Amino acid sequence: MAADEPTSGALTSGSGTPAPGALTSGTPTAGTPASGTPSSGALTPGTPAVRSPAIDALAARLRDVLGQGQVLTDRQQLRTYECDGLAQYRVVPALVVLPRTAGQVAAVVRACADGGVPFVARGSGTGLSGGALPHADGVLIVTSQLRDILAVRPADERAVVQPGVINLQVSRAAEPYGYYYAPDPSSQQICSIGGNVAENAGGAHCLKYGFTTNHVTGLEIVTPDGELVRLGGDAPDTPGYDLLGAFVGSEGTLGIATEVTVRLTRLPATVRTLLAAFRTVDQASAATSAIIAAGVVPAAVEMMDALAVEAAEAAVHCDYPAGAGAVLIVELDGPAAEVQAQFEQVTRLCDEAGAFETRVAADDTERQLIWRGRKSAFAAVGRISPNYLVQDGVIPRTALPEVLRRIGEVAGVHGFRVANVFHAGDGNLHPLVLFDDSRPGEAERAESVSGAILELCIEHGGSITGEHGVGMDKSRYMPLMFSADDLETMHLVRCAFDPDGLANPGKVFPTPRLCGERPGVHSGAHPLQEAGLGEVF
Amino acid sequence: MSALDDLAVPAGDDDHVAGVPAHLVAAPADTAQAAALVAAARDLHVVIRGGGTKLHWGPPPRALDLIIDTRRLTGVVEHAAGDLITVVRAGTPMSRLHRLPGQQLALDAPDGATAGGTVAANASGPRRLRYGTARDLLIGITVIRPDGVVTRSGGKVVKNVAGYDLGKLYTGAFGTLGLITECVFRLHPEPAAHSFVRAKAPPGQAARVLAAQPAASALEVHAVPGADPELAVLLEGTPAGVRDRSAEMARLLDGEVSADPPPWWGAMPPGDVTVKLTGVLSQVPALVATAVGAGATVSGSAGAGVLHAGFPADGGDPHARVALLRAAAVRAGGHAVVLTAPDGVRPALDMWGPVPGLALMRRVKDRFDPGHRFAPGRFVGGI
Repeated sequence: MAADEPTSGALTSGSGTPAPGALTSGTPTAGTPASGTPSSGALTPGTPAVRSPAIDALAARLRDVLGQGQVLTDRQQLRTYECDGLAQYRVVPALVVLPRTAGQVAAVVRACADGGVPFVARGSGTGLSGGALPHADGVLIVTSQLRDILAVRPADERAVVQPGVINLQVSRAAEPYGYYYAPDPSSQQICSIGGNVAENAGGAHCLKYGFTTNHVTGLEIVTPDGELVRLGGDAPDTPGYDLLGAFVGSEGTLGIATEVTVRLTRLPATVRTLLAAFRTVDQASAATSAIIAAGVVPAAVEMMDALAVEAAEAAVHCDYPAGAGAVLIVELDGPAAEVQAQFEQVTRLCDEAGAFETRVAADDTERQLIWRGRKSAFAAVGRISPNYLVQDGVIPRTALPEVLRRIGEVAGVHGFRVANVFHAGDGNLHPLVLFDDSRPGEAERAESVSGAILELCIEHGGSITGEHGVGMDKSRYMPLMFSADDLETMHLVRCAFDPDGLANPGKVFPTPRLCGERPGVHSGAHPLQEAGLGEVF
Repeated sequence: MSALDDLAVPAGDDDHVAGVPAHLVAAPADTAQAAALVAAARDLHVVIRGGGTKLHWGPPPRALDLIIDTRRLTGVVEHAAGDLITVVRAGTPMSRLHRLPGQQLALDAPDGATAGGTVAANASGPRRLRYGTARDLLIGITVIRPDGVVTRSGGKVVKNVAGYDLGKLYTGAFGTLGLITECVFRLHPEPAAHSFVRAKAPPGQAARVLAAQPAASALEVHAVPGADPELAVLLEGTPAGVRDRSAEMARLLDGEVSADPPPWWGAMPPGDVTVKLTGVLSQVPALVATAVGAGATVSGSAGAGVLHAGFPADGGDPHARVALLRAAAVRAGGHAVVLTAPDGVRPALDMWGPVPGLALMRRVKDRFDPGHRFAPGRFVGGI
């Protein structure tokens, strides 16, 4: 039944189906399992399912609670859920459950807590960091059945939705009232609000409007011990610790959101979109800097380099200016009088930086055409390369020319091509490392180039992820950015929510950690610590 | 000699917190010194003090040995104008950050307030409507945990989802989870022009303002018992744009365009009992009406649903008034938090009121500060 669901595992079903982040032939893959990648035993198709008695007992209990059809144990059905949008990691879960109410989610989590069984939450499965990668001995809790928009209250600038609601549906529901939901990850037609909350999803318009965390005011969550708790609320500034702020972006390691209250944003009075073509990436970077320096905060500033433009042309014939070394898409929105003044300023700054052609979208159709090339770029790269890796790193925007140059150098030295498609305004890079998996060892070398790009980001004071999350894929890079003490401090929060470590274990944190029995007090060694399997914090 | 011996001096007459005197005061000069001090103070009950503009907010500490004063932790470490960020030490005055060259930290704060104190108290003002609050503008933070360990979270780039966003946890924690020593903020360009539109208008008109899409930077209400309520709107942008939008707004509200804000702009209402009231936007008029009906002066953001009510403690039963305001705030989908009250009134008030998720909050506190030594009793639920 799950395979019939447009919003669930159907998107990543089967081993050959592409991940949503890479919709065409160039499925992002890599052959270098990171340390901590699940054992191959769980991956081999055809292996008879060996379920522990604990899982069998749990399945029986959950069937009583949820009903027969909402608990999947058949191996073929389970395999539908073996990966999220990052298809290079695959693990078949021990059980998949499809709860329909918050109470059912809580009952499942409580059953997991009672049995000491790990659980992983999954929305639409579009994540690009393996955050919803199942646990081989655990339960995958799919929230896509919780898909009601519970309230749209334009007068309060709020909507209340269930976690399985698709991002774009929130805007559609608010639009008749003149409002929309601002965070717009490029997967917004299929990704779920619950997943957005877990990953603190971003999008092209973050520069002006911020991320999911700036647009969620209240949550109902199921804590890892199975309790329903409300965090935040309808009104701003709920007293007490901002646990809502800690929860958003915690990638399913602090519990599962079962209801989300979001802020609705007034649709802007005016939107203007322009496309400026430059001979070089440096010129486009200079234009970006000049726009920001002039005090303009556009809704979006997106850049594509020559290779990305080439790919987009091949895929969607977006008719970008020929001979462009880089194109910028700049979108301005707001009151008409402000937008007009800023638009003239931006056009002039692009000209001064060396734009050889500037196009302005005359209407919504032309605006969509400009965006089509950008939005299709990831998938389009599949047309010019058998395989590619999607990277997600952040740098201070002033370092753009330097870092882009060095990315080119690093890739060139290793014989790879890199296409750059990214959010220039906030320095959020998405270098796509092109490779051919049929050549022995190339996937591993592409992976190491992609990793080197993250190191460049950190070297320039940036971040290892701007919007895709840490998940399974980047946990090993966390020590690049954070000290052991920093990670230990994050783990204190984890232990406050989930002392038994059952919520999405193995994600975000680079090393397995256990929580001390008494808060903050380092007592006798934990059995697992003695066995050398983990550190106590 | 420990850092405590090096840095701590006997407390003076002014070194008290909500009426509770401290024994010692120490003012570290940098993060390393602060970490050594906190580590050396492992057996002491500590309250952190910045500019002291909000030190009288909230319940008094259950115990107080040491005040850590952050005002020597001062200075802008970095202002990366091209990246629209700044790195500042916690004791840096907010007034300095309001006037960085060409840019600003768009977070309103009273004179004398520090960056760290503003974050710790989650204070905000009129411009929150456009720019958000500390939780939206803080992108990185350095905190010394109660066990003396220096930890960082976030970073120096605005877009960053690596690891838990602990900056939000420390924001508004009232110093109960550790000592903030450094903050990284997102900045905004100084607008080329701005103007105010002022009008005598009932708070219900706020909805019309929001519906008119003026992209207002602030939408404030001010209501005094026995007088006509007022609205004031701040518009920012290009000179031509601001001129047009202001004129349009003045027509809409039947008000006047003014270069200056009204005298009550961004100020706490008078009265020795002050209460922060929140509610959903559609309930703001009802909330204002209830507060004014109870004899309170009300100021605040009608655009965000965050108000402050003030009244004299001797003008009637303050407990009954707080109960009335709290009931109204709950009806409005929000909360009523008593910020200030005279010493004689405070003990009998539930200043924070009921809070959702309190059990989880206690567990967070227990992990960070198992000895309950940082600002004990100052926070929600006696945390």
